[in-house]
Amino acid sequence: MQSQTSQSSPVVDTERVFHVQNTDYYYGSNLAVRGVNLEIPGNKITAFIGPSGCGKSTALRCFNRLNDLIPSAHIKGRITYRGVDIYDKQVDPIELRRRIGMVFQKPNPFPKSIYDNIAFGARINGYQGDMDELIERSLKASALWDEVKDKLQNSGLSISGGQQQRLCIARAIAIEPEVILMDEPCSALDPISTLKIEELMHELKENYTIIIVTHNMQQASRVSDKTAFFNAEATEKGGKVGYLVEYDDTQKIFSDPQQEQTRDYVSGRFG
Amino acid sequence: MTDSVLPQSLGDSARGDRWKPNRSLSKLTQKLIVLLFGAFAFVSVATTIGIVLTLIFETIEFFLEVSPWEFFTGTRWSPTFANPRFGIIVLLCGTFLTSVIGLLVAVPLGLLSAVCLSEYAPRSLRAWLKPALEILAGVPTVVFGYFALLMVTPFLKTFIPGLSTFNSLSAGLVLGFAVLPTIASLSEDAIFAVPLSLRQGSYALGATKRETVTGVVLPAALSGIVASIVLGVARAVGETMIVTLAAGQSPTLTLDPRSAVQTMTSFIVQITKGDAPYGSIEFKTLFAVGMTLFVITLVLNFFSFWFVRRFQEKYE
Ligand SMILES: Nc1ncnc2c1ncn2[C@@H]1O[C@H](COP(=O)(O)OP(=O)(O)O)[C@@H](O)[C@H]1O
Ligand SMILES: [Mg+2]
Repeated sequence: MQSQTSQSSPVVDTERVFHVQNTDYYYGSNLAVRGVNLEIPGNKITAFIGPSGCGKSTALRCFNRLNDLIPSAHIKGRITYRGVDIYDKQVDPIELRRRIGMVFQKPNPFPKSIYDNIAFGARINGYQGDMDELIERSLKASALWDEVKDKLQNSGLSISGGQQQRLCIARAIAIEPEVILMDEPCSALDPISTLKIEELMHELKENYTIIIVTHNMQQASRVSDKTAFFNAEATEKGGKVGYLVEYDDTQKIFSDPQQEQTRDYVSGRFG
Repeated sequence: MTDSVLPQSLGDSARGDRWKPNRSLSKLTQKLIVLLFGAFAFVSVATTIGIVLTLIFETIEFFLEVSPWEFFTGTRWSPTFANPRFGIIVLLCGTFLTSVIGLLVAVPLGLLSAVCLSEYAPRSLRAWLKPALEILAGVPTVVFGYFALLMVTPFLKTFIPGLSTFNSLSAGLVLGFAVLPTIASLSEDAIFAVPLSLRQGSYALGATKRETVTGVVLPAALSGIVASIVLGVARAVGETMIVTLAAGQSPTLTLDPRSAVQTMTSFIVQITKGDAPYGSIEFKTLFAVGMTLFVITLVLNFFSFWFVRRFQEKYE
C-alpha cells in the first residue's frame, strides 16, 4: 500500500542519494529520454530494466556525468546527489566521479598488472595509506583475492572475463566511492561468473548504494530492492524516445505492477 | 553435383533443378588464383633471398682480402686510397651521429604531435592534419637534403662558430624532420586505437584528462609507439640523400656535430657514383658496408617484432 506512492513520496527509512526531477536527456537536438522522475535510496540496489535503446545507459551515465565525454550529450532538468545539483557549474565532474564509481558492460581492465589496475585510481586520487593493504582489502571485497593473490604482477588482461569484471569492481571500490553504477555488468559473462557477481552485490550493499542496468529480468528480481522500468515509444519524427514507465519496490514490480506495459514486459510478453 | 560424395538429398524431387551450383568452375578459378598469387609471392621472396645471398657472398670475398679485425677495430676509413684502410667504425660513427641528432628531434616532437593530434586536437583538425603529415612523409628526401645544405647550414652558421659547410648537425636536424612524420603518424595510429572503454574506465575513477593520457592511454599504446620509434631509427640509419648532401663525404672519426662526416649510406653513394670495376676491392667494400647496414636494420626489426609480441595487449 505504501509502495504505490513511492514515485512521489520520500523513501521511508533510507536516505535519498539521488533525486532526478523532471529530467530530459538529449544527444544534440535528439531527445533520448524524457521526463524522468526518480529517487534512488541509499544502501539499496536499484535496477533499471527495459528493452534496449530505451535510455537506461544514458540515464545511468548521467549520475557520474560520464556522458560529458560525449560532446553532444546534455540534460534538461535537475539531478541532485545528496541535495547538490550535479550539473551545477560549481560541481567538478572529476570530484563527482571519485564519489560515484562505475562498472561497465564489457570488463575493461587497464593493460597493467592486477596490482596497478587498482593502484592507479588510488594514486591519482592521492591515497596516502598503505597501498598493499588497500589492494588486498579491495580484492577481498570483490571476492577475487584468493584467485589472484599469487599473481598480482600478472597483467589484468590475463585473467578470465569474470575475474576481470571483479577486478573492475575492486578497482571501483578501492577509491571508496559512495555509489557504484553498473551497466549490464554480467552481460558478457558466463552463468557462474554472473552468480559470483550477484552474490558480491549483496555484500556490497552494506556499504554502497548500487544502481544496476540489466536486460536480465531474473537478475533484476534476484538482486535488486527497487526496480525502474523504462520503455521507448516512437516519435512523430520517426525516432524513438525513452521514458520511465514505473518505479517501485522490485517485489511489487514483478508481482503486482500498476502499469499494463510493465506487466507485459516482466511476464516476457515483449522486449 | 557429380563429384559430390554426399548422399542424394532426400527432398531432391522437391528441390528439383532450381539449385545447380557450378562447383567445378569455382574450384578451377580458386586453383588459378592460388597459383597466380603464389607466383607473385615467390618472385618477391626469391628476390629477397637473391639480394641476401649476393650480400653474403661478396662480403665473404671482402673478408678474404681484409681481416675482420681491421674491419671492426680500425679507426681509419680510406678504401679508395693507395694505402687502403677499412675501419668501419668511422662510418658507423657518422651514421650514429646523424641518426642520434635526428632522433633527438624526431622522437620527442613526433610523440608530442601524436598525442596532440589524437587526444587534444578537434576531430575536424585531425581529419586534415593527419593526411598532411603523411604527405610530408612522402616528400623526396633529396629535397630535404638541399634544404639542409642551402638553408639550414647557412642559418646555423650565423650563430654556431666553427660550423663547416658540411656537418652532421644540420644533416641530423633535417633528418629528424624527415623521420618525424613516420613516428608521429604511426604512434598516432597506436594511440588513437586505444579503445574508448579504457578511457572511460579511467575517467570513471576520477582521472583528469592528463592522468588518463599518461596513465592509461600511452601505456596501452606502448608497443605501437615503440614499433614506430624503431621504424624511425631504421629510417634514420638507412637515410641516404640528406646525409650525403648535407653531412659531407669525409670519413672522420668524430663526435663533433659541427664537422663533416661520412655515413655508411653516403659511402655507398660515393662508390657507386664513380665506377668501381667488378671484383675490385672498392666493389667488395660496397657489399661489406651494405651487409653491415642490413644487419643493423635486421636487428632493429627483430627487436621491434619481439617487443610488440611481448608487450602488445590484446583487447578481445
Ligand atoms: N553516444 C551517443 N550519441 C547519440 N545518441 C546516442 C548515444 N548513445 C546512445 N544514444 C541514443 O540514446 C538512446 C538510448 O540509448 P542507451 O542509453 O544506450 O539505451 P539502453 O542502454 O537502454 O540500451 C538510443 O536511441 C541511442 O540511439
Ligand atoms: Mg545500454
